[in-house]
Amino acid sequence: MILLSILLFKTGLAFTLFLITLGIAAYSTYFERKVAAFMQDRVGPNRAGPLGLLQPIADGVKMIFKEEHRPTGSNRILFILGPSIAMLTALMTTAVVPWGKTITIGGTAYSLQVADINVGILYVFGVVSLGVYGILIGGWSSNNKYSLLGAVRASSQMISYELAMGLSIIPIILGSSSLQLSDIVTSQYEVWNIFKYPLGFLIFLICAFAETNRTPFDLPECETELVGGYHTEYTSMKLGFFLFSEYVNMFASSAVISTLFFGGYHFPGMSLFPEGIAAILGIAVLFGKIIFFIFFFMWIRWTIPRFRYDQLMHLGWQVLMPMAILLIVIYGAIFSFI
Amino acid sequence: MQLTNRSKQVSNKEMTFSERMYLPAIAGGLRVTFSHMFKKSATVQYPEQVREHSAVFRGQHVLKRDAEGRENCTACGLCAVACPAEAITIVAEERKKGEEHLYREEKYAAVYDINMLRCIFCGLCEEACPKDAIYLTDRIVTSNYERADFIFHKEDLVEAVALEGRIDITKRKKDK
Repeated sequence: MILLSILLFKTGLAFTLFLITLGIAAYSTYFERKVAAFMQDRVGPNRAGPLGLLQPIADGVKMIFKEEHRPTGSNRILFILGPSIAMLTALMTTAVVPWGKTITIGGTAYSLQVADINVGILYVFGVVSLGVYGILIGGWSSNNKYSLLGAVRASSQMISYELAMGLSIIPIILGSSSLQLSDIVTSQYEVWNIFKYPLGFLIFLICAFAETNRTPFDLPECETELVGGYHTEYTSMKLGFFLFSEYVNMFASSAVISTLFFGGYHFPGMSLFPEGIAAILGIAVLFGKIIFFIFFFMWIRWTIPRFRYDQLMHLGWQVLMPMAILLIVIYGAIFSFI
Repeated sequence: MQLTNRSKQVSNKEMTFSERMYLPAIAGGLRVTFSHMFKKSATVQYPEQVREHSAVFRGQHVLKRDAEGRENCTACGLCAVACPAEAITIVAEERKKGEEHLYREEKYAAVYDINMLRCIFCGLCEEACPKDAIYLTDRIVTSNYERADFIFHKEDLVEAVALEGRIDITKRKKDK
């Protein structure tokens, strides 16, 4: 009976999470345009519905009804598989993020996490690196040299930054001596990881920007300079999936950053509240952190210009990688001797 | 020659460590973009909000009537002659008996067309008119899908007989 209720709860949680992820990603597109407008002293979308709030729906309808086109000589199955993989992997990431404290209802403890697997953070990296397949397959199956070049460029960027990203969180894993995300969050009950590993956070943040293809690392999708890159040949909702998966990724990486470095659902003065209220407040706080990071992504977008490709590679391999390795050495020494 | 005091001396010096880190510069940039979040936007919400034109704005033409509602235009053709773009076409007609309440003088324009695609809104027709009949107003020529729709006929140009439909051209009259 308890097992069944937990199973039902997990299914419900997974489904809610799916809807929340899609909803937040859809409204990020609106939010992005609004933030862009405000930063450029404009108004932004305000025609569809009150304050333009129906804009994402209008965009979605437009995307679905646009003409579908597949270039001749392209691989039909892979051409459809590309955006699907991009979307699927983007949606899978948030499964291991702990969204709140364990809630006890009627004597049964429900953890607000779809899957509390003991290699949580490795799962995140594994799934994120699968996202490269979506891009590469999409670019290759288009039967277009430039798309292929764009895909190679994009995937090499993502692979390069994933290394530094993976290395930058090793101090955290050493500190909490667990790969489980729930353990990492619990270990931040007193001090958030950002105060313990500020440099690691910086490296992780920069890599997260590169992984989600956001400015200043949005080289895969600069239409004007590089003709769109891997998704040049995509139209209608297939293109929409590629673009939408970027927003889902942005939400997922904001969630992972909040979990790894900003204490997840913890907030100062949490012990002052009774158990149940603290748990609910914790969820709200986590979403607040996530929304702040989504805003931060957009904030950066309108501040820093795009990198040149060689600068991008230089930063990834010659600055961030050595720095991350150095951090591992330093923190390793600290944890083993002190 | 120094035109402003904003110029900066450019040098080839090596960047300092903090400059090479770029982070202080990025923080400065973030501060600038964030401050713009709270600035007033420059947008004019067009259909609802219309930006006021200057008093000398030259927009769509109007053919005026006199105080009794009769058309001022006598089809003398001076506007068509003055028009550098040759946008105006006039066909004159003689006023019949019983039409005195429609046209002020014995001759009137049966056809008065302005091709808005040719018109350069120079205002020479207005200056040429001896009868105070044609004026340029502050109205904007509407956009259309067909070229033919840009040829404005007399019914598009003559103002209404009713007083409330009349178009105010007092600002332009002063200039004359």
